[in-house]
Amino acid sequence: MKNLFRFMITGVAALVMLGNAHAADGVDAIKQRGTLIVGVKADYKPFGYRDPTGNIVGIEPDLAADVAKRLGVKLELVSVAASNRIEFLQQGKIDLLIATMSDRPERRKVVQVIEPLYYADYVNILINKKAGIKDWAELKDKPVCATSGAWYNKDVARSYGVEIVAFDGSEKPLFAMKQGNCIGYLYDQTFLQGKLLEDEWKADYGLPLKGVLPAPWMIAVALGNTSLQKLLEDTTKDWMKTGFIVENEKKWGIAPTEYSLSMHEQYKDK
Amino acid sequence: MEAIRNWFQELYESTGLNFSVFYDAYDWNRYLGGLKMTLFLSVTTILLSLVIGAAGALIQGGQSKIARTAVNAFVVVFRNTPPLVQLFFFYFGLGTLMPSIESGGMRVPLLNNIQWAIVSLSLFAGAFNVEIFRSGIEAVPRTTVEAAESLGYTRIKAYIHIVLPLAIRVCLPALNNNLVNLLKTTTLAYAIAVPETLYAIKQIWSESQNVLEMMIVLLATYGILVGILVWLMHRWERAMHIPGYGR
Repeated sequence: MKNLFRFMITGVAALVMLGNAHAADGVDAIKQRGTLIVGVKADYKPFGYRDPTGNIVGIEPDLAADVAKRLGVKLELVSVAASNRIEFLQQGKIDLLIATMSDRPERRKVVQVIEPLYYADYVNILINKKAGIKDWAELKDKPVCATSGAWYNKDVARSYGVEIVAFDGSEKPLFAMKQGNCIGYLYDQTFLQGKLLEDEWKADYGLPLKGVLPAPWMIAVALGNTSLQKLLEDTTKDWMKTGFIVENEKKWGIAPTEYSLSMHEQYKDK
Repeated sequence: MEAIRNWFQELYESTGLNFSVFYDAYDWNRYLGGLKMTLFLSVTTILLSLVIGAAGALIQGGQSKIARTAVNAFVVVFRNTPPLVQLFFFYFGLGTLMPSIESGGMRVPLLNNIQWAIVSLSLFAGAFNVEIFRSGIEAVPRTTVEAAESLGYTRIKAYIHIVLPLAIRVCLPALNNNLVNLLKTTTLAYAIAVPETLYAIKQIWSESQNVLEMMIVLLATYGILVGILVWLMHRWERAMHIPGYGR
């Protein structure tokens, strides 16, 4: 019994060490390995989604590819979800995270943020055109579908008096809205813009309201990974200088946001 | 009230243990709302599942072969599939197929998520109750039923006045188990956004990042709720005790 217990402990310890040795070792280790492992979203059109052949493509995979190019290594994309992305980084399964992650003080404590922040999103609500809503105030006491765990659910509920009906993920709330269980879907504006690129939503739904609660997104590396942090900070500045992000927005079919335009303006002449 | 609020605020500042439900009015109201919804779900589903169980067991012991097969099929379907799958099937599957009302050009479903949760959970627990009641009914001696019939009771009357009262006493411990399980299963309704306790607390912890503290509150809440239910059922069991019958 005691032996079995010891065996199990050793096994677990070995697994933990294996995980640690895998990634998040800084620039030299990545070059030695020959691949950069990046965590991106795979269900977030057009920032990271699967094309018909199954490859993950989009704005963020393009950013990741640019980083890999600068390092002169191959790129490996790992699809992550909001609920596991920080753990993936902490466990060393990925070197860096470019996965539509909003900048929150709690997150800054557990991962290393790359500044300047590469992108900013707004919160918006996808509404059936027939509902005829023109102002946030008109949503008072109306049921609004949302994704459980989104940080702005509480803020929106408090400021506009909407009744949040939250589901896990983004497919279930969208489906519930289509069924008529709620008047709209509250989510990241970028994601909703992506949805409006699809035929299924184009005709009947729209974003009639102005986005609220601007939220910067962060690229993150593991705490203490200073060499990779330095490289990414320079890379981000260069993206802003050359307008790489604005170009990418246009390439993937969404209107450049105020944030990326103003950052490009600000860094253009530096 | 004020003192409790201050104490938990103090606790957060001094130890970092963030029991936000006990000092933040918004979180408290959500938690309270969740608790009310859990109680509402529990009471309605318990009552409905008892009705379904009693009716199903009556039919199972009846003459009609078609009705008996139908009840057996119902039990098989609802006992062999996980309750979460049933819930999703009802809400996302049947909900789309059901007729709906048009309002301002938009679809308004006939049943909302709370009503679907009640339907689904009642049927789930009802299927188990059918079998539990059957166990009780089969424990009532055939001679007792014959005695009732010889006294002029019709089948239904004998069932209601003679068989069921005895059967309930026999199957109470098993029924107890199932109803406790049902109360705990109401947490599944969170998956279709019914704002019950688990849903409310999940919202709170995802916003305040206090998973551990809220888990403790959640565990304590259900511990107490089930404690109350078990206490009530035991009281009922004692109140129904017939000297010389059973233990």
